[in-house]
Amino acid sequence: MNNKVQLDQVNIHFGKTHAVKNVSILFPENSVTAIIGPSGCGKSTLLRSINRMHDLFPSARVEGRILVDGSDIYDKGVDPVSIRRRVGMVFQKPNPFPAMSIYDNVIAGYKLNGRMVKSEADDIVETSLKRVALWEEVKDRLKTNAMNLSGGQQQRLCIARTIAVKPEVILMDEPASALDPISTLKIEELIEELKERYTIIIVTHNMQQAARVSDYTAFLYMGELVECGETKKIFTTPEQKQTEDYITGRFG
Amino acid sequence: MMRSVAWRNTKNHLMTALMLAATAAVLFPLLLIFVHIVKMGIDSLSVDFFTQIPKPTGEQGGGMANGMLGSLIMIGAASLVGLPIGIFGAIYLTEYGGSRMSAAIRFAADVLSGTPSIITGLVAYSLLVVPMKGFSAMAGAAALGMIMVPIVLRTTEEQLKMVPGTLREASLALGVPLWRTSLKVTLRSATSGVLTGILLAIARVAGETAPLLFTALGNQFWGKSLFAPMAAIPLQIFTFAISPYEDWHRLAWAGALVLVVVMFTLSLTARYFGRQKYRI
Repeated sequence: MNNKVQLDQVNIHFGKTHAVKNVSILFPENSVTAIIGPSGCGKSTLLRSINRMHDLFPSARVEGRILVDGSDIYDKGVDPVSIRRRVGMVFQKPNPFPAMSIYDNVIAGYKLNGRMVKSEADDIVETSLKRVALWEEVKDRLKTNAMNLSGGQQQRLCIARTIAVKPEVILMDEPASALDPISTLKIEELIEELKERYTIIIVTHNMQQAARVSDYTAFLYMGELVECGETKKIFTTPEQKQTEDYITGRFG
Repeated sequence: MMRSVAWRNTKNHLMTALMLAATAAVLFPLLLIFVHIVKMGIDSLSVDFFTQIPKPTGEQGGGMANGMLGSLIMIGAASLVGLPIGIFGAIYLTEYGGSRMSAAIRFAADVLSGTPSIITGLVAYSLLVVPMKGFSAMAGAAALGMIMVPIVLRTTEEQLKMVPGTLREASLALGVPLWRTSLKVTLRSATSGVLTGILLAIARVAGETAPLLFTALGNQFWGKSLFAPMAAIPLQIFTFAISPYEDWHRLAWAGALVLVVVMFTLSLTARYFGRQKYRI
């Protein structure tokens, strides 16, 4: 299988803190890879380096190579904006734009960039909402405020907003941690379907979730990659003692 | 035991009374000013006051129409230049600035807003009036603008800081460039607060007299252009109040009343906008 995203000896510093140490991982195309590890192990930091969200913090420094389709996204002359259009992101807490309607939230990526083609908007909204299984629930109230939706619906709306701009990779930063079990289940089913079209990298500290949704799992501890491989193998016959301890709940 | 409860209640009443007294002490001068100005000014308010320019000494009647127009023009010109600088400066501080540069700008803004306005007037005088060889409305507007910039900058900055970071991230992650995110998401979310800051800045300069003394100078007639002396309400109040004529005094009171009502309205509108929630 083709490797869509490739981390090659990535180091991330925040000022004096060395948050991610020498991490190399391959992310195969059209698969779900989970990054697991205890709080503060650097998994979110690592995730956010894949669409250059750290660029906003002057104190953050990313070293090593991060390749998407074989080319380094940190090369000189690469526009972070163009990277973020290819590598979308879903955040921990649902964050729809509070004063926009459901409809406008879905096409926010186009509207905010000022390149919305009116005739295509309806289409984009419908396909995106159908793809996140939200269409039936909201099709009669598209023009109402997005904040009236439940947390789970808001998160699916945020995923719809992300896929509306047609990314190739979707980063998910604990997308279900703020949701109830039923909404969580829906998001997990959704991830399963989305991988047919997108490469998905998901950070989670819920190990059952990682086991349920992912094809591959990377275990991060104290900024270092402990083990990485097929999810089934990581959860049944891990090679490292640390991985086994974490998965069996002995620490973390 | 009972005694201590009684004592605690007494203390409570005592402190409540003290705080009420302090509140009253704050409100009383405001009330005093308002009542006094209304009493002195209300009789001289007439249609003429809003439509006529001052009559020559000795003639009865006349108004401050030229001053009102002048104030409007100069505040408008000051806003045209000052507001964008303040707002974009604030965006730079919150969204772009490196820490040292931001700290320097913030410090400069704080010093500037603490500078006595007469000094701002003197600076405008030496930088604009002297080289251009004449008093002008433009120099007045420049002085007012200099006072507006730090106020708008600081209030806008505070408002932008309150916009949750998750909104910025949501926009950036959609591939929206930082400058578009700053304008279309961050600034727009803070609109109501920013408007409040703008109105307060306008209210502040609307009453400024000192920076106009050596710049716009004042004018008994309609201002001819931005490059000529121009009347303004606070200037006219000043000139008329120190004149020896009784009916000019009355006009000054009427002018003061108009000014106070305008400021009051601006502050109330500012409060109204301040209460609005985030909008995008």
